[in-house]
Amino acid sequence: MGELVGLVRLGADLVSAMDLPAAAAAPERGPWPLLRRWLVRMGITGRWAVILPPALWLTVFLLIPVLVVFKISFSEAVVARPPYLPLLTFGEDGEVQLTLHLSNYMFLGQDTLYIAAYLNSIKIAFISTILALLVGYPIAYFIARSSDRWRNILLMLIILPFWSSFLLRVYAWIGFLKNNGVINNALQAVGLPQVTMLYTDFGVYVGIVYTYLPFMILPLYTTLVKLDDALLEASADLGARPFRTFLSVTLPLSLPGIIAGSMLVFIPAIGEYVIPTLLGSPSTLMIGRVLWDEFFANRDWPLAASVAIAMLVVVVVPLMLMQNAQNAVVERK
Amino acid sequence: MKRGPLIPIIATLGFVFLYAPIISLIVFSFNESKLVTVWGGFSTKWYGELFADPQVLNAGLLSLRVAAVSASIALVLGTLCGVALTRFRRFRGKTLLAGLVSAPLVMPDVITGLSLLLLFVAMESLIGWPAGRSELTIVLAHSTFCMSYVTVVVRSRLADLDLSLEEAAQDLGATPARVFFDITLPIIAPALVSGWLLSFTLSLDDLVIASFVSGPGSSTLPMVIFSKIKLGVSPDVNALASVIIGIVALGVVIATILQLRRPRTARA
Repeated sequence: MGELVGLVRLGADLVSAMDLPAAAAAPERGPWPLLRRWLVRMGITGRWAVILPPALWLTVFLLIPVLVVFKISFSEAVVARPPYLPLLTFGEDGEVQLTLHLSNYMFLGQDTLYIAAYLNSIKIAFISTILALLVGYPIAYFIARSSDRWRNILLMLIILPFWSSFLLRVYAWIGFLKNNGVINNALQAVGLPQVTMLYTDFGVYVGIVYTYLPFMILPLYTTLVKLDDALLEASADLGARPFRTFLSVTLPLSLPGIIAGSMLVFIPAIGEYVIPTLLGSPSTLMIGRVLWDEFFANRDWPLAASVAIAMLVVVVVPLMLMQNAQNAVVERK
Repeated sequence: MKRGPLIPIIATLGFVFLYAPIISLIVFSFNESKLVTVWGGFSTKWYGELFADPQVLNAGLLSLRVAAVSASIALVLGTLCGVALTRFRRFRGKTLLAGLVSAPLVMPDVITGLSLLLLFVAMESLIGWPAGRSELTIVLAHSTFCMSYVTVVVRSRLADLDLSLEEAAQDLGATPARVFFDITLPIIAPALVSGWLLSFTLSLDDLVIASFVSGPGSSTLPMVIFSKIKLGVSPDVNALASVIIGIVALGVVIATILQLRRPRTARA
């Protein structure tokens, strides 16, 4: 429809341009010079050949899909193909009726399951981020302080697991955490009692920290490696103990790395589906899992759509704004 | 500066944490017993079983095809987008484009998958394309989120790039397209290679988005692995994991050797 309007307007422009004497006097004939002039007048030049392909692709496969989700979140679930009712219905005498169902959103607010899932996702992502920071910081510090030769090897060892399959790395932990798995077998061999670790929140934390640890370590490493030894020596010369030096010199200077690494762990953790499904208990509520079940198990597309919209508003938009603000700061520097 | 033993100890434990599960995975893929975590003698029978399973092989080939095509589409679109955002001073919708292209980086996979599926369903009923869910819809979905990563890589490379070379070419009368293909593209080639590889890996790794947008006959390798894992731990998944980790390790070693050799030849 939009394209059609554009073509009609283009046609009208061509006709009116042909009426102009200047256009008639142009040496080139045919519609192409006119089209070019029209394009230039609209501010469309050669560089639009660069801008338009990615812009159109993102409009069709990113912007419009989100709008479709928004639309369907106001629909009502039915047993049909596709399993939702259209918003616009046409009456027999040509009247158009628009029906917006707010029931999905009201259901989200009323049923404590969804609010609990949102809060729990934020909690799990937050604790995992803190844990990843506590595990990742000493590793990043150690790599940054090693000799040049070791540094590259150690960095490669950090990145290497990232290139192998994410799913299989999570799977590896099932064999480790199981009741008769590697850790419990080892505990029993030295006479300690068995600990249930798989299908608990603990399993989810281990899985998230393990999967996203490289994303925490790499930004930390880049800030720590730039740390000037002279500052640490100065602090020591002025009588500060190593811990004091760490608190008042190293930590503040590595703050950009801490923020970047924490964002890179927190963002994927919050919408995580695979890790809570494979390592968590059935009662580990995370919003990604709720959306998945609503869609695949209950086949309630409108409700799944409203869960997605709520997630976008509560989680994604604030994160994008934060990222934008961060980019602005970086570009100003 | 004096260094205590605390940090090296924690760092060593960190590396053990990173590698112990992977090593145990590989060790138990050679286990005779069907019980994955109880050693029952050395055997390679699970590898034999793996390579005799047509479902795994077909899914693996499908995943490789999807990853190669998506990474290539994402490379072209992401490069164009990166150039537009760094080299063009102002144009209508620049902020919108920058926002759109960075959205997949923060958008949870479940939302990306759901929204694309709903789009494909709506498009099919409106214009009849794409007909049903298939390899094509997975490629379209993967290209979309991979192009964001390519854009990030290309943008940061272009931002670091010295403008004077491009300006010199322009002063000598080269058209913008000529400048791009003769100057910019060769310089950012390494970034393009890593962008393509990153996209290829991300596409190969994706379970959630592919589960939403794939059709009955087009299960990717992660989807097959996921359904096997949900049935319980099985030794043939261990064997498959070992094969994948082996290929990746080999690739990284080759890449490292090439990278170590390149600067020397360049200097010579």
